[in-house]
Amino acid sequence: MSGACRTTMFTGLLVCGLAVPAAAQVDLAGNWAALYHEDLPDRIPGPELGDYTGIPINDAARLRADSYDADRISVVSQYECRPHGADYSMRGFANLRIDQVVDPQTQRVVAIHTRMAFQGMERTIWLDGRSHPSEYAPHTWQGFSTGVWQDNMLTVYTTHLKESYLKRNGLPRSDKATFTEHWVRHGNYLTVATVITDPAFLTEPLVRTQSWVLDPSLRVGPDQCETASEVPDKAADYVPNHLPGTNPFLHEVADWYGLPYDGVRGGAETLYPEYRLKIKMPEKRPLQCERYCDCGAGGQVCGDPTPQRRGSR
Amino acid sequence: MTRLLLAGLAVAATALGSTGTPSAQSAAGAPPAVIHVEPVQNKIYLLASAGSGNITAQVGSEGVLLVDTGIDRSAQQVVAAVQKLSTGRVRYIINTHVHPDHVGGNPAFGKLAGSDPADALKIIGQQNVLNRLTHPASGQPRFPEEGLPYDEYATPFKSMHFNGEAVFVYHEPSAHTDGDSIVMFRGSDVISTGDIFTPGAYPFIDLERGGSVQGEIAALNHILDLAVPARTQEGGTYIVPGHGRICDEADLVEFRDMIVIVRDRVRDLIGKGMTLEQVKAARPSRDYDTEYVSSNSFVSADRFVESVFTSLKKAPR
Repeated sequence: MSGACRTTMFTGLLVCGLAVPAAAQVDLAGNWAALYHEDLPDRIPGPELGDYTGIPINDAARLRADSYDADRISVVSQYECRPHGADYSMRGFANLRIDQVVDPQTQRVVAIHTRMAFQGMERTIWLDGRSHPSEYAPHTWQGFSTGVWQDNMLTVYTTHLKESYLKRNGLPRSDKATFTEHWVRHGNYLTVATVITDPAFLTEPLVRTQSWVLDPSLRVGPDQCETASEVPDKAADYVPNHLPGTNPFLHEVADWYGLPYDGVRGGAETLYPEYRLKIKMPEKRPLQCERYCDCGAGGQVCGDPTPQRRGSR
Repeated sequence: MTRLLLAGLAVAATALGSTGTPSAQSAAGAPPAVIHVEPVQNKIYLLASAGSGNITAQVGSEGVLLVDTGIDRSAQQVVAAVQKLSTGRVRYIINTHVHPDHVGGNPAFGKLAGSDPADALKIIGQQNVLNRLTHPASGQPRFPEEGLPYDEYATPFKSMHFNGEAVFVYHEPSAHTDGDSIVMFRGSDVISTGDIFTPGAYPFIDLERGGSVQGEIAALNHILDLAVPARTQEGGTYIVPGHGRICDEADLVEFRDMIVIVRDRVRDLIGKGMTLEQVKAARPSRDYDTEYVSSNSFVSADRFVESVFTSLKKAPR
């Protein structure tokens, strides 16, 4: 092949290469089944009351969570159909459908749109360079997200969140929080690392990861939640809460799992290896597994929370 | 944002002093106000600026209806912002309460109205707003005549039809003050609350002007009764607070719950025989302070707790 021919061929390939939209580095579209191997008991049965392990919370967050009474969901009807916030939604029942939003003129992917079945959570991640809304704009459960590709990783920044929770045991996350995500696809697996910053309740960023597997057979269905008065004769100014120092359930998680009580109370210090040097022995040390003992084993979902304890009686 | 809004409350309260009348002193040396206009939905807009209460504007073929007019020093900028929204005249002003960061711009619009009945401007407020503006404390100037809410009402609510939709004005007794009104735009599906609702800041329960924590909670519950969220418990009825961003029912629930829970704690401490100083020392709002207090807040944690304590002592429930 002559030099001229090689040059022409090279130019043609280069033009073809440039025709690929720069923003569409990886196709994330499809149905993704959530993988719950990380923190399974915390995500599917749900976090135990008083379990703040591994969360860099401040004292305000700790007291807010200690005061949380789960009866609130029944008594205050406005809570009944709330979806998770966009950060926590990745950790709950997180089967996920991702659609691309394509500009009809340019055929560029200007956004990805996600849907999760629980409470009909839908979210748009804008990839077209638009700015975030003003400080006076409404906040939403899913917030306002913009993303940029960095090689094959989509980095997403989310603001304008409604107040929600870091864990659904009452551990709060404020509407001042923002978070950054890194979406990475490895073949048929998708991993999202979430970094939450909350000046009201976190002393340092909270980092969590979640993963999915591509599942073409999965269908994300509709949600038909409707609020109803479950406690009709309650006083209008009744909001269930535990007064400071009166929550009787806070020691359960430490006692069930044989953990030191100070450790499950959370805080940045408890995240680091040095904390092991000052950690105290558990107040109670169960002789056998007493809680969610089969959780995740062999791919099982978490069933009866106390199988061995009941069986031993 | 919260800092700016709380600074606004502080400016208003400074101007209010102990008299309930606005002061022109707040204009001294201050840069021109920047009015931010944010569409809410349908015919409703939020006009917001640092150092002032929120203004809600309803715009349509019949003209403009304003809920509150901001602080006096930003009046000209507010007038200009309203004129950008509509070439129609301002036909109604509804004052949610007496504080100068909400009524301060009334006179500017009153002067624009002129004397021709065709240009009539009606300024509406609960009668306690008019009473307080026309009977200032000793040594304080009387509120400018052209800005007084002479279309006062003394009934539980008042309604009108304007710009193609029903507009309801509800009196919320003894809440933030004793003259609070909320305004519901039934067609646009928006409620303007005045300072009964201040997301990101503790409520200023103005005990001197008839406010109480019991009335505050009752008013918030009434707003919850009126608001209907859309799918996923958000949107639907939008709520324009006295200060801060556009909200909806879910945001107001968080605010109401905060007040109820702090009220419960203070009531418990009172039941244990604690004095005000002991209650303050117990810091019963400490887990909410990081959300509702900033370095220059007008309503500090202590001030909020004190207002709850005093309310409960006056009328224990």
